[in-house]
Amino acid sequence: MAGALDPIHQFQIVPLIGEGAFAFTNSAAYMALTVVLITGFLMIGTSARTLVPGRLQSLAEMSYEFVAGTVRQTSGDSGMKFFPLVFSLFMFVLFANLIGLIPYTFTVTSHIIVTFALSMVVMLTVVIYGFAKHGTHFLHLFVPSGVPGYILPLVAAIEVISFLSRPISLSVRLFANMLAGHITLKVFAGFVTMLSASLGGVGLALGVLPLILAIGITALEFLVAFLQAYVFTLLACMYLNDALHPGH
Amino acid sequence: MTETAGPAGTIILAQAEHATPAETHAGTEAHGGGHGGGGAFPPFDSSTFAGQILWLAIFFGLLYLLMSKVAIPRVANIVEGRAERIAGDLAEARRLRAESKAAGEAYEKALADARSKAQAIASETRERVSKEADDNRKRTEAELNARLEAAEALIGATKAQALSNVRVIAVDAASAIVERLAGASAPAAEIERAVDASLAR
Repeated sequence: MAGALDPIHQFQIVPLIGEGAFAFTNSAAYMALTVVLITGFLMIGTSARTLVPGRLQSLAEMSYEFVAGTVRQTSGDSGMKFFPLVFSLFMFVLFANLIGLIPYTFTVTSHIIVTFALSMVVMLTVVIYGFAKHGTHFLHLFVPSGVPGYILPLVAAIEVISFLSRPISLSVRLFANMLAGHITLKVFAGFVTMLSASLGGVGLALGVLPLILAIGITALEFLVAFLQAYVFTLLACMYLNDALHPGH
Repeated sequence: MTETAGPAGTIILAQAEHATPAETHAGTEAHGGGHGGGGAFPPFDSSTFAGQILWLAIFFGLLYLLMSKVAIPRVANIVEGRAERIAGDLAEARRLRAESKAAGEAYEKALADARSKAQAIASETRERVSKEADDNRKRTEAELNARLEAAEALIGATKAQALSNVRVIAVDAASAIVERLAGASAPAAEIERAVDASLAR
């Protein structure tokens, strides 16, 4: 009963196979499911290879063109070398978010370490590629041109802090949205059962209100699931753009 | 699994409220075998971090490989294949349009040629016919003129002959009249002269 109504319970990590720190957990299983679903979706969607796409094929093409459009818009055609990474990020976050919306599932992206690791993939790519491509010129990222000398140290310090806070803001945004959304859903859904359990018929009647709210929040969560995947991708593209064109 | 995790989780959550972070961690370690991070708020339970990062690295790496090596080329193939196909079809349509335009122009030109040729033939025929008619007319005119001239000559000859006949008759008549009136014949030369004089008048 407590487990069923505890809104935190859904984020519990439970080992399924093996023991210890590196056991295969429910989180790992859902990561695997995410990968399988993405790959299955794209492979089945593109299996017909028709000129006029069917539903699944046009969805697969749409996701491809959506991400490709985002990459081209933010970092131009040269950004397309990061397209596989950005596409994988988008699909992973989107599918993880959407899978998490199915009741009784686990949401991979509701754990900050996962979103932080994903954003660190982006930031490390930016730093490594930036230095490999531009050498020390990459540091011009922190020194905007056209700034008077006497406030340059201050501006550079701000730029460095903003750069360092990027992975945190990127990961916390996604994590917090997923976490808060799922807790809210669980709380409102919990109200329905609690009301009907404690107040009987009256509670059942009153329970309609949180039920309607829960339905509304579910719809909102679908929007958030997509929107956060998009925001994550868009910001990743903008940060990767810095690695390509560090001079602002 | 959930049946045991539920109540146990609540108990440990209650413990954690009074525990220092180090104790929470220890508590989590102790229960680690049962359910990963029962103690702390699960997303902040650092004992699960290493495992999550490992599995994320494995599965995200796998996803990246699958996407970059298999899925993206497949979708790109379809999308770009379609773009190429459309571009090719458009080029083909453009070529066919140019071709049909050229054919139309050739037809127009042939039509104009035929028309001008027909006109040429018509005018040539007209000229030939009118020339023939002209020739015919001229020939007929010449013929008629010749006939006219011949007729005129004939008339002239006939007239001259008639006139000479008149003179002979007049001379005969005059000599007969003189003979009857005078009873003597006048010399023929004198009569002829007198007749000529009166004829000339």
